[in-house]
Order: sequence, then C-alpha cells, then structure tokens
Amino acid sequence: MGFDLSIMWFGIIIFATLMYILMDGFDLGIGIIMPFIKNKKSRDTMVNSVAPFWDGNETWLVMGGAGLFGAFPLAYTIILDALAIPLSIMLIALIFRGVAFEFRFKSLPSHIVFWDRAFMVGSIVATLCQGMVVGAVIDGFQVYERRFSGDAMDWFTPFSVFCGFGLVVAYALLGNTWLIMKTEGALQQKLFSMAPKVLIILLSIIIVISVWTAFGHESIAKRWFSTPNIYYLMPVPVLTILLCHFSMIALAKEQAVKPFVYAIALVFIGFTGLGISIWPNIVPPSISVWQAAAPVQSQGFMLVGTLFIIPIILMYTFWNYYVFNGKVKEGESYH
Amino acid sequence: MFDLDATMLARAQFAFTIAVHIIFPAITIGLATYLAVLEGLWLKTRHADYKILYDFWSKIFAVNFGMGVVSGIVMAYQFGTNWSGFSDFAGSITGPLLTYEVLTAFFLEAGFLGVMLFGWQRVGEKLHFFATCMVALGTIVSTFWILASNSWMQTPQGHEIINGIVVPVDWFAVIFNPSFPYRLVHMTLAAFVSTAVFVGASAAWHLLKGNDSSAVKKMFSMSMWMLIISVPLQTFVGDLHGLNTLKYQPVKVAAMEGNWENTPGKGTPLILFGLPNMEKETTEYAIEIPDLASIILNHDKNKPIPALKDYPVDERPNVGVVFWSFRIMVGLGLLMLIQSLISVWLRKKGQLYTSRTFLKFSLVMGPTGLIALLAGWFTTEVGRQPWVVQGLLRTSDAVTSHSQLFMSISLVSFIVVYCFVFGFGYYYMMQKIKQGPSKTAEPVIAHQLSLSGRI
Repeated sequence: MGFDLSIMWFGIIIFATLMYILMDGFDLGIGIIMPFIKNKKSRDTMVNSVAPFWDGNETWLVMGGAGLFGAFPLAYTIILDALAIPLSIMLIALIFRGVAFEFRFKSLPSHIVFWDRAFMVGSIVATLCQGMVVGAVIDGFQVYERRFSGDAMDWFTPFSVFCGFGLVVAYALLGNTWLIMKTEGALQQKLFSMAPKVLIILLSIIIVISVWTAFGHESIAKRWFSTPNIYYLMPVPVLTILLCHFSMIALAKEQAVKPFVYAIALVFIGFTGLGISIWPNIVPPSISVWQAAAPVQSQGFMLVGTLFIIPIILMYTFWNYYVFNGKVKEGESYH
Repeated sequence: MFDLDATMLARAQFAFTIAVHIIFPAITIGLATYLAVLEGLWLKTRHADYKILYDFWSKIFAVNFGMGVVSGIVMAYQFGTNWSGFSDFAGSITGPLLTYEVLTAFFLEAGFLGVMLFGWQRVGEKLHFFATCMVALGTIVSTFWILASNSWMQTPQGHEIINGIVVPVDWFAVIFNPSFPYRLVHMTLAAFVSTAVFVGASAAWHLLKGNDSSAVKKMFSMSMWMLIISVPLQTFVGDLHGLNTLKYQPVKVAAMEGNWENTPGKGTPLILFGLPNMEKETTEYAIEIPDLASIILNHDKNKPIPALKDYPVDERPNVGVVFWSFRIMVGLGLLMLIQSLISVWLRKKGQLYTSRTFLKFSLVMGPTGLIALLAGWFTTEVGRQPWVVQGLLRTSDAVTSHSQLFMSISLVSFIVVYCFVFGFGYYYMMQKIKQGPSKTAEPVIAHQLSLSGRI
C-alpha cells in the first residue's frame, strides 16, 4: 500500500504537539516560575526573552488543533467535545497570559502588577489544563455512535490532575533552563539554584506517572512489559535517568546551554512514551487512527502542502531564534 | 438561563466570540499593509515622517495582533467543543483549509513578527522591510483561506456526500466556489477601508487638538487617499457580491430586501426602511421606492426579485436581523463614500487639515468601518440560516449536545473575560493613539555592532 496517510498524519500531529509542548513549554514555564522572582527588572528581562517568539510558539497549538480537525475530524469531534471544559478554561487562561505580554508594557504603571499576576496565573492554569487533557487522553473516552457519550466531567480524575501538576513542573524546568541560557548576573544565579529542585521534583513525578499509567491502564502495561517490546522500551527509563544525571552535573558546573538541551530531551522522551502508549488509537481506547481518518482526498491534499511547507516554517522559525540569540540585556527596550 | 436552548446559546457564543475576534484581524490586515507601505516609502524617500508613523502604528499593531492571536485560538477550538456535528460532517473540507491557513499564514505572520517589532537593531533595513512584507503577506493569505472555507459553507461545491459525511472531490472547485472571489475581495477591501477610517480618525483627533506636525498631516492625507481609492471600489464590488448572492442564495437576498411576496409581472420596490414581521409575513411601515430593487438587482424594472413566501417557513432566516444589518452596512458605506468625496474637494481647496467640521466628521467616522464590517458579516451569516452549510447541514444538527447549564456558563464566561481583557486592550490602544507619533524616529542602527545575531 505504499505509505499510509493516516500514519503520516498521526506522526505530523504528534510532531506539532511536541513542537508546541517544547516551545510554548518554555514560555509558559516563564510564567510558572515568575512567582519566585520578585524583582521587577528581572521580570521584564524574563518576558523580553520570549517576546519575539511567543506568537510563533502558540501557533503550534493551532497547528495541532487544525491538523487534527482536518486529518481526523472524528477524533477532533469526540476529544474536543469530551474535553470542552478543560479546553475552554485553557483558552481563557491563554487569553490572559497572551495579552499580558503586550499589556504589561503598554498599560499604566499601576496596572502592571495586575497583568503580571494575569501572566503567572494564566500560565499556570493553562498548563494545568493541558496536563489534565493529556491525562484524560491516556484514560480514554467513552464513545457511542461517533459521539462522546460520557459525562462532561469524566476528564476530572486524580490521575489527570496529577498529570496536570506534572506538566506544570515540566514546563517550569523548560522555562527555568531557557532563562539560564538567556540571562546573566544575579537573575541567572537565582535560576541556577532553582533548577536542580525543579529537576528532582520532575523526576519523581515522571516515575509516579509511569507507574500509575502502567497499573491503571492494563492495555498500556501489556504493551510496555510484553516481549519483545520491553527490550525496545528499556532505553526510555535508562535515558531519562541519564539525562537527569547529566543535567545535574551541567547545573552544578553552571553551564548555560546544556541544561536547556537536556530539559528538551527529557520532555521529548516523556512525550514519545505517550505516543507509543496510545498508538494506534487516536481516541483511546476504541477509535483507531484509521477509523477516525478523513477521506484520502483530504489527508492527501493536506499532506502535499504540509510536507512542503513545514521545512520552510522550521527554517524561518530557526532564523527568528538566530536573530534574537544571545543574552537578553536588562533594560533592553521592548519596543 | 436566558430562556434560550443550548443551540441558541452555542450560536450566541459563536457570534459573540467571532464578532469580537474579527475586529482584530480586520485591523491587522489593514495596518500590516499600511506599515509595509510606510516602510517601503521610508526606504525609498528617507523622509523621517514615514519612519515616525511606522514606529507609532507598529506599537498599536502589536497590541492588536496579540489580541487577534489569543481570540483566534478560541475560534480554532470552538468548532470542536461546540459544533461537533459540523466538525464531523464538514471537517474533511474545512479542516484542511484551516490547516493551510495555519501553515501558510499564521506561521508566516508569527515567524516574522518578532523581527518586525523588535528587530530594528538586529537585522539590516532591507531584511527588516522583508519581515514587514512577510507579515502583511501572511494576513492576506490568511484572509484567502478562511474566506475560502466560509464561502464553501455559503455556496458549497466540489464535494460528494458519502455515508453522511462530506468528501472533497475537486479541491479547486471547493476553494474557488462561486461566492469566494467576491467575498474575498469584499472582505479584504472592508479591512482596508476600516483601517483607513480608523487611522484617519486618529489623525483627525490630533489635528483637532492642534497637533499638526507633518507626520500627523501625512497620516491624515494617506488615509483619505486610501478612502477615495477603496470606498468607490468597495461599492462596486459589494454590488457584484449582491448579484452573486442573488444567483446562489436567493432567499438571503429576499430577506435583505424584506421582500415577502411578488405580484406577477410587476417589479419589486426597494424598501428603504421598515419593520419585517415574521409572524405576519410582511414588512410593516415600509417606505418604498417603486421598482428600484428590480432595477438594482435584475437591471429590469419588471422582473421581480426573490420573495420569502416562495420558500418554506423553515428555510427562511431571521428577516429582521438580515434586513437591518444590511441597511446598517450600506448606510455606513454611503457615509464613508461621502467622507472620501468631501476629502477630495477639501484637498483641492487646500483645507483638508483645517476644516474643523470635516475633522470632527472624520473623528466620528472612526469606528464606522468596523461596524459596517460586522453588520455585513451578520447579513451574510444570519442570511444563510437555518443552514450552517447551505442546503447540506442545518445549524440545529451541527451543534454539540452540551447541557443548557454548561453553555450558559461558557457564554457568560466568554462575555465577561472578553469585555474585561479586550476592554483594557482597547483602552491601552486608545492611550497609545492619544500619545501620538513621536517627534523623531527611533534609531535604526545598533548601538553595539558586536551584538550577536546581527546579520
């Protein structure tokens, strides 16, 4: 059959989601750790470090949503219906933190405190919701005749809440290490001292979520622990431990770039684990990518453009980061 | 709550969130192009006023763009959360079109916006100009895709229906459906016109306050030039768009004209004002001009236009909304036409910047472009009801079966949050506009040439 469009599209959507988690991850992460940084100038520097990028980062979220809508309309329909509440809350939280980027520099001085809070609370709430969405996807959805048939609150479980908490810590690590790379002086020192704590919390959470996923979801446990899968999957926990170890060393040596690279790798591995666990279902546990697939004409039409355009997008995104590379100077003007 | 069923609540939420959202992209489209023109002129002439205006409007552009991004993400997800029937039925067409919009437009805008806003000291002038042009191009490309999607919902073609689901057969036919070219041009011009009256009003405010720097005058002059070019063109395109609607969506035209019934062999009068009554199936208190509707739409004074009673009751839109929103759009359009004509006359007399009456008029006209644009969208969207995809899917079958309680909470939340957040955004934008353009242009040359990342 040559290549399978549905598999390609599952891959593209996983890729877009991963890009989103990594890229918006660090800028949401900045909002998450901002409560621990009180100095106004430091806060300006933190926000300035992502100001040229946040629009682009958030576009990956739209890409994931649009791709899912186009390539797997049935999955889009069911998942968004089932997750209407956390997604709506997430959207509202993203509105607050998104406008805060602009408003905190444009507003009256007396309003800045409010928009800083909007930025912090918005970032944390949006991340919590995203994590709960991930947890709810692992838990699966109840479906009857092409429609979600569960309860509007099904997504709200101890497991999903814990996943939400986990993602907050993961983004905090991304944000923390991104800032280490982009800042210097006292702010950077403070960030160096925070990062190891965040890393240790994250590692414990990864362990708990892995165990919980395996014991709570029989089919996933089966996939993980059956031979020969267990041999292929064995490197995942080993790599995770190694990355944490190297990251700790880099932080201790006060290296500026490596911790961020390791944080990205860590999140990448965790996310890949998720993809492996739910495959080939796109609406776990019952609807596979092939059942949810849009007609070949739709998937094919989208694929031609996507394969051609995504490399170009990656090129100018990379260029954008290149233009703004280097440290953000304190007081470097926003506009 | 509200004594409305879940479907009406979902419609209200969609109408509210899209109506707030569309204001931002409309201004984004207009301002991005304006900024590209300003920067181009500055590079060509090196006249400082262009750069001063660029610095001024790019700050307002940034606030506006941010609000457009966050309110737009809501739209991309609302199809799924509230309109699962639509998403399942038509996702194979609207999904890919939306994906192309993201790929070819959203990334382009977001990717170059950083350089456009913050990159003056990091890239060369030409590269900066290129970034501005890419952002402007992104806004136009975005218009292309989203209107292809909307137009397909108005005049669908190029598809089959298999197992109750739309399957695209011919993508070219899907995208270039009959109403698309008209809607695309009409909307793009509407964005330009809205921005031009908005920019014109900002300049008028400063001129009235006695701030008549050459930059402010240039701002006013440019916006008036834009109006005299684009408003007559818009009138012409709007007429063509109406004729297209007459051909493909006759019942919408019947509602726009408030025409219930024809007398065989006699032309249809143009109802200037009146109160359409859907129960009595008549337009009360109508002030009419005989045969004019037939002349405008059919170019034949004896050929009647479509009448509402020729269509079943359950295939008619809400006539009052369509009738009145259409009149608001046309009425404001005519005012803008008058504004643009007076500007030419005053310019000739050399009083463009000094006629206080005209400056006050231009100030009041500031929001009319956006109001007309919204009214036009109400005409076309409400006019398509009860269909969400004309002739294929009814709105009532498109909605997700959320509870009334959920939809009420959701609607109220969005209204409260939008009023709060975008209210402040609007306030900050106005503050910026009131500050006015600075006296001198911001520096372009990097203070440290060693700054990393400089190309």
